[in-house]
Amino acid sequence: MADGNVVTAPGVPAAVAPPATGALHRIARRQSTLAFLMTLPLLAVIGGLVAYPFFYAVYLSMLNKRMTRFIGIENYTFLLSRETFQSVIWQSVIFAVGAVIAKAMIGFILAHVLHALPAKGQRKWRGMLLVPWVIPPAISTLAWWWLFDPSYSAINWLVAAVGVPPVAWLGEPSWARFSVILVNVWYGAPFFMIMYLAALKSVPDQLYEAAAIDGATGWQKLRHVTVPMMRNIISITVLFSLIVTFANFDIVRILTNGGPQDKTHIFGTYAFQVGIQSGDLPLGASVSLFMFPILAIFAIFVLRGVTRRSKEMAG
Amino acid sequence: MSATTAAPAQAQIYHKAGSIKNERRWAMIGAYIALAVFVVFFMFPPFHMLVTSLKSSAEIADLQGNPWIVRSPTLENYRDLLTQGNYVLHFRNSVIVTLCVVAITMVVSILAAFALARMRFWGSSMLATGVFLTYLVPETLLFIPLFQIIGGLGLYNNLLAMILIYPTLTVPFATWIMIGYFSSIPKELDEAALIDGANHFQMLWKIFIPVALPGILAATIFAFTVSWAQFLYPMAFLVSSENMVLTVGIVSDLIRGDTFQWGKIMAGALMAAAPPLLVYAFLMDYYIAGLTAGATKG
Repeated sequence: MADGNVVTAPGVPAAVAPPATGALHRIARRQSTLAFLMTLPLLAVIGGLVAYPFFYAVYLSMLNKRMTRFIGIENYTFLLSRETFQSVIWQSVIFAVGAVIAKAMIGFILAHVLHALPAKGQRKWRGMLLVPWVIPPAISTLAWWWLFDPSYSAINWLVAAVGVPPVAWLGEPSWARFSVILVNVWYGAPFFMIMYLAALKSVPDQLYEAAAIDGATGWQKLRHVTVPMMRNIISITVLFSLIVTFANFDIVRILTNGGPQDKTHIFGTYAFQVGIQSGDLPLGASVSLFMFPILAIFAIFVLRGVTRRSKEMAG
Repeated sequence: MSATTAAPAQAQIYHKAGSIKNERRWAMIGAYIALAVFVVFFMFPPFHMLVTSLKSSAEIADLQGNPWIVRSPTLENYRDLLTQGNYVLHFRNSVIVTLCVVAITMVVSILAAFALARMRFWGSSMLATGVFLTYLVPETLLFIPLFQIIGGLGLYNNLLAMILIYPTLTVPFATWIMIGYFSSIPKELDEAALIDGANHFQMLWKIFIPVALPGILAATIFAFTVSWAQFLYPMAFLVSSENMVLTVGIVSDLIRGDTFQWGKIMAGALMAAAPPLLVYAFLMDYYIAGLTAGATKG
């Protein structure tokens, strides 16, 4: 069979080739027109509702409050000079970094624990552990809001049972900062668990067997087999989550709305307050755009990780 | 003679096996303890939600008792929500927006992914990269210019605005998932179809969509999740209660000044969380497969 193909293969295209080039050319051109038409809706969505608004935001951020005058970068310098905005920058960094570290660690532990379970029970436990991530955050944060209620807090009831005085979860700045991070960790940890679990399952068993033959301890297996094999997924997940957490809105908006004393505002909620609630759209647009450089850097690294990963998979 | 020498050796073997077994058992016990701790941490807010939703206002206001148990369970919060006020309207609005967005997302992303996965054309690989980068654009970056654009189109306080804007959040990742699934379909299948005289749409309809059905399901669930959960856009663009979707409607209707109707808020939240919970209960595996493939494969 194989030999036969080798013999006939060069002959067939040679016979068909001369008339086909013109037709192929035409087919190719028709195909690229068709392909363009098929991607047109996608281009419309990305161009009209993502790229255009972005450039419009840049223009908007350079206008005065009533949008009558071009004022250059005045909005940006004004924001940077404000103490509230400086605290927004810090709080966004603390919120994102703190929450992502906690989510990554909890996700890592849970993925390992789940992976060690027999396959039968695994699904059931995984289902329960995914619940926080399945409920829309704007909905589940309502439950947390009620749990943190100043007079009816059910958490404080438990705390009181141990004999600790009640905590002003959302009333005291440092506790409020802790609370918004806690809720974000609660919501986001299952996502890390899922990503790591998928990565763990893709590590070939032979590697662990080889490590066991070499006499590796559990810790050594983790350090020299699991982590190197998962490194790419860990970095993709962490960077992706940094983007999403940094740009969060729902949790802070519902729990504290930035308070107390604007101490829990992050970029998204502050932009909403300034732009929509106080009606200064240009200033709000500048607040949002301050996120852009850092998001762009993270996005480029995510993309690099994903392309490297797909090359590894292909190769 | 041989029996006496064999006995200690055997004992040693058993001892060794026993210690490995023991070690494994302790590891398993540790695993279950860790799992139990996290399941409690993850489940107590929804549990408290359920408990509160079954209480009357009088019982909620009573500070004496244990807030984690219900003494006289009642369904009046659910009944009130479903018979009076705008809750049913909000639910309907959420359903309408979600269905439209899912339909739009799937049509746009399947067409684009087919073109990007199978037809090479000028700028196609750049566009695929652009799609992925668009997926990473968070909604908090663009809601202010979109506020102006929506206003300019006369769609402020209109559900159509949601149907128009949500696809920016769903289409890129759905396209990305579909590109992955379509690329994994062997090229021989297309060639066979072309030889049989099928055109591109027949190829897409008869081969690609049936073969990539798990991917389509994953992308559908993703679009459903995102549209059902979206909070910022309705918050910014919808003002009157009858136009609101669930995520913003619950808060806007059940909190009047300082009066929080917590029982109803929790009942409403629980019913709003039910559709995604049900979808995941049945289709979790498809979604996870699509999600992890989308992020980890090209």
